[in-house]
Amino acid sequence: MREVSRDKIKAFLALLPSIILIAVFVYGFIGNTVWISMLDWGGVGALAENPTLNFVGVQNYFDLFTGFLDGRFRQDLVNAVYYSVLLLAGAVGIGMFIAILLDRKPRGEDFLRTVFLYPMSLSFIVTGTIWRWLLAPQGGVNIVPTFFGGEKLSFQWLSSKQAVLLFNWQNLLPVMLYVAAFVLIVIGLFCLKGNPPRALKRYLLPGLGLGVAVWLFGDLLPQIYFMEETHGFNLATLGIILATIWQYSGYTMALYLAGFNGISQDLMDAARLDGASDWGYYRHVAIPMLKPITISAVIILSHISLKMFDLIFAMTGPDNAETGHPALNMYLTTFRANEFSKGAAIAIVLFLLAAMFIVPYLVSSYRQRRARS
Amino acid sequence: MTRKITLGSVLLYSTLAVLVIVYLTPAYMALITALKMPADITLPRAWEIPATLNWSSFSEAFGMLRPNLVNSLILTICATALSTVLGSLNGYVFSKWKFPGSEIVFTLFLFGMFIPYQVILIPLFQTLRAMNLYGGLPGLILAHVVYGLPITSLIFRNFYAQIPTALIESARLDGAGFFSIYTRIVFPLSVPGFVVTSLWQFTQIWNEFLWGICLTKYTANPITVGLAQLAGGQAVSWNLPMAGSILAAIPVLAIYVFLGRYFIRGLLAGSVKE
Repeated sequence: MREVSRDKIKAFLALLPSIILIAVFVYGFIGNTVWISMLDWGGVGALAENPTLNFVGVQNYFDLFTGFLDGRFRQDLVNAVYYSVLLLAGAVGIGMFIAILLDRKPRGEDFLRTVFLYPMSLSFIVTGTIWRWLLAPQGGVNIVPTFFGGEKLSFQWLSSKQAVLLFNWQNLLPVMLYVAAFVLIVIGLFCLKGNPPRALKRYLLPGLGLGVAVWLFGDLLPQIYFMEETHGFNLATLGIILATIWQYSGYTMALYLAGFNGISQDLMDAARLDGASDWGYYRHVAIPMLKPITISAVIILSHISLKMFDLIFAMTGPDNAETGHPALNMYLTTFRANEFSKGAAIAIVLFLLAAMFIVPYLVSSYRQRRARS
Repeated sequence: MTRKITLGSVLLYSTLAVLVIVYLTPAYMALITALKMPADITLPRAWEIPATLNWSSFSEAFGMLRPNLVNSLILTICATALSTVLGSLNGYVFSKWKFPGSEIVFTLFLFGMFIPYQVILIPLFQTLRAMNLYGGLPGLILAHVVYGLPITSLIFRNFYAQIPTALIESARLDGAGFFSIYTRIVFPLSVPGFVVTSLWQFTQIWNEFLWGICLTKYTANPITVGLAQLAGGQAVSWNLPMAGSILAAIPVLAIYVFLGRYFIRGLLAGSVKE
């Protein structure tokens, strides 16, 4: 018995260096970044040997969201949201579609899988370089229609100044309340199956009430910013979204394909016997069974889209404001403009956005592991 | 066993054919552009196959990117080796020597895999500077080893979970301790785990850009940074960036084509699926 416990100590000691490294390099550094984000470290004196730093609290965050000079950050944030949503829809949808096609076991399945997945192995810099050439305004994709007798396209893939779905940032408060109402309604719809009265009382009615109230009385809410500031979905980001979907749809395909293969043949036969068509089988049996896979794909892709940096750097260069992204903005603010504290604040905003997805996911997978052991 | 030609199968194969063309287009474009004479590269004729093949772009791009390729090779090999060995040891503890709270520690490890790295970039930069590691390869290797720990530990933990615990128990009854079980039983069984983890780490580290550009000086820039600089230059004709892209992609593409099975396994393991 003594021997076992000595071994356990050895096991712990073997793990200890890694624990210390992770504690310092992950948690310590995150804490340090939070601290830096509350200082006034930046500007000319940033690179001094011993800069004098003052504590300014949440001033940097306040500037980012309402300050006069940081409109670009807000546009980047809006870009990142649209970018994440479209990437998720595109990569999950197309990946699932290809997985269903390959699940029909066509001839040459191995070759096909290789073709759809190879973009995943490439670096974003490589992908970005090649796609920049493909999306060149006077060539590439834009002249493809002429091969079929069509008109040449003139879409400015990476430099369009056009934006759609505009909204006024000045009305930030109503926008946030709308988002809150929307979230409440979505949660309510999810709960509706399990516990209708609770879902209605806790989520649906308050959500609807909030939405209607903001719609009716939103104009009375205080405006944060004295000038009108519109943000929207920049069409220039479409090219970047396209390239990312090309790169990552193979990944979701691999996830779904592994999932489909894991479903037993018996279940498929049973569904057939019950008269399910192919479509019905996927719609009602296979895809609902793979909900955990969909969730992992959403988590992984959302954290990739939130930290997206290399692809945009390679496709439009760091200085193209139309396709900006907070992750790129953080790099520029920190290492080009030497505004360390502001860069840290951007990083923390990104981190909090990512944590919204990751923390619930990790907590639930931890609970599952504990339940199993 | 001949299959009947039905409307469904025609639809299936034609859809797949279209998709294959779409997915291969960027590779086609990169290859034909790299093989053209610089004077023949014009936007309206970008899609045409070159009349004469010009291989000199590759040697020219190789000449320009050689220092970066050497840096990347050193970086990738060192960081992959160190992080897989540490990950193997961690995976062994997390799967076979659980202690109170080990699941919590493991979950806290995993969190490190998902953070946007911007959030640790400034302290990392400062720490490396304070340690006199900023600017060179050792600092970059350290970063890759530390932030590779979550994923390597995860892959090995899931891999070792398949080794029957009874095997460990009986070895323990025979008097083997923590390290002798590892060196005599677990490690020899680990070859597939090492293959999967090293391939995953190799591709990740080879393709990484953010740390490469933030933590190294010009002489230590890895290939991704070198390629970004080559492609970002305005005066350069497109044949060089395309040839450079192909050179930068070849090591990982080769791994993917020849060892695709292990690559996919790493991919699936990276999604925390158990």
